[in-house]
Amino acid sequence: MVNSCVRVSGLHVVRGGREVLHGISFDVPRGQVLGLLGPSGSGKTTLLRAIVGVQVVASGSVDVLGAPAGDRSVRGRVGYATQSPAVYGDLSVRENLAYFADVLGLPRGAVAEVIERVDLAAHADRVVGALSGGQRGRVNLAAALLGGPELIVLDEPTVGLDPVLRERLWALFHELAAEGAALVVSSHVMEEAGRCDRLVLLREGVVLADATPAELRAGTGTDDLDQAFLRLVRQEAQA
Amino acid sequence: MNPRVTLATTRRILQQLRRDPRTIALLLVLPTALTAVLRYVFDDDQAVFTRVGPLMLGIFPLATMFVVTSVATLRERTGGTLERLMTTPLAKLDLLLGYALAFSVAAVAQIAVLLPVSLLLLGLEVEGPLWALVLVAVLVAVLGVALGLLGSAFARTEFQAVQMFPALILPQVLLCGLFAPRDSMGPVLGLLSDLMPLSYAVDALRALAVEPGFGSGQAVDTAVIAGVALAALLVGAATLPRRTG
Repeated sequence: MVNSCVRVSGLHVVRGGREVLHGISFDVPRGQVLGLLGPSGSGKTTLLRAIVGVQVVASGSVDVLGAPAGDRSVRGRVGYATQSPAVYGDLSVRENLAYFADVLGLPRGAVAEVIERVDLAAHADRVVGALSGGQRGRVNLAAALLGGPELIVLDEPTVGLDPVLRERLWALFHELAAEGAALVVSSHVMEEAGRCDRLVLLREGVVLADATPAELRAGTGTDDLDQAFLRLVRQEAQA
Repeated sequence: MNPRVTLATTRRILQQLRRDPRTIALLLVLPTALTAVLRYVFDDDQAVFTRVGPLMLGIFPLATMFVVTSVATLRERTGGTLERLMTTPLAKLDLLLGYALAFSVAAVAQIAVLLPVSLLLLGLEVEGPLWALVLVAVLVAVLGVALGLLGSAFARTEFQAVQMFPALILPQVLLCGLFAPRDSMGPVLGLLSDLMPLSYAVDALRALAVEPGFGSGQAVDTAVIAGVALAALLVGAATLPRRTG
């Protein structure tokens, strides 16, 4: 049995003739919420796409649940939510999730369960295109949670949400981790970093730091994670 | 491939179509309206409509289904749902067959309007069996779906996708025998015409218009259309990448 849900090693990715990930390595164990933090353009989405197996990879390896990323044996055990909602705007919440549940071969009960989890029961029969941006984002998240995946990959799931909802979603992420899933959650907002069990800071396609929030605060001598990030960038520039 | 996933995909696409009544109206009305226009364009010479009218049962379903499928697939790609599906156990052929089945249902509905109106109101005369006309028309529609899927598997942008219509459909219309008999074409055009699946639909429909039965010639034509449609679906599934750059 492998302990790591995700093992990225020496990952290089080229997009549009330019290398955007320059040898990324890190592990994600079960039961952990890993925050993938970095400014816009740092390569977060590309890295997440490599983990779910939809990104063409130049070299290096990404293993997920003991198999190469995207392998037939792991598809369906990995939940993925892209930053902009990847659901059908002309179907209702329930119809969307029922379709994805059918694709995954899940029983009907699975749909009601995830609708409940993301707090959309009141809107289940509304057409997704008529929902607010935040609600659409939660439909997207619900689709990623279908079937209780062992690895959940979320690209900026809390962008543009009000603080109350953001709080609720982070509680949900930790709940899922406590149930044994590994989560990889990207964000470009450092204030969210403190909510993660561990952080991988990405900048211009390289890992700047891989540490817990506490380690990061101690190592940089500041309580403010935003400042910590800036200090790391400065140290890197000097080195 | 998994029939459960294929049928779930078909159901999902039909649900989406149901939410779009204007598209349904266009799909149902357009081929019939255009055929009616054609009938009155040749009002002076009924013989021309008798010769050309049956061919519309092949050409209009091909064109409409191709366009609808291209756009639907493009939407699936740009909306991110294609990427989501690629991370699931769905086989690419499940998706393509799901589309083919869903739009075949739409094609049957389209022909259910076009055929009675042509026969009863526009004075179209056909000698062959009706089921054979329906069969050819539906197969051509499936061919349109398959080529639309194949075209959009190649296209990377909206601009490329819309140009697949003049690239893949218009040459077939020009060379299918609608404008000039196929046997009057020179060797090069004749060869090209032989390579285009719509030519076989036109041959079959033309024969069904004047001959009372469904002969072996039409059976071969029908098999060719079905074979090309299936091949296009398989090639489309093979060329649709799970990973992108």
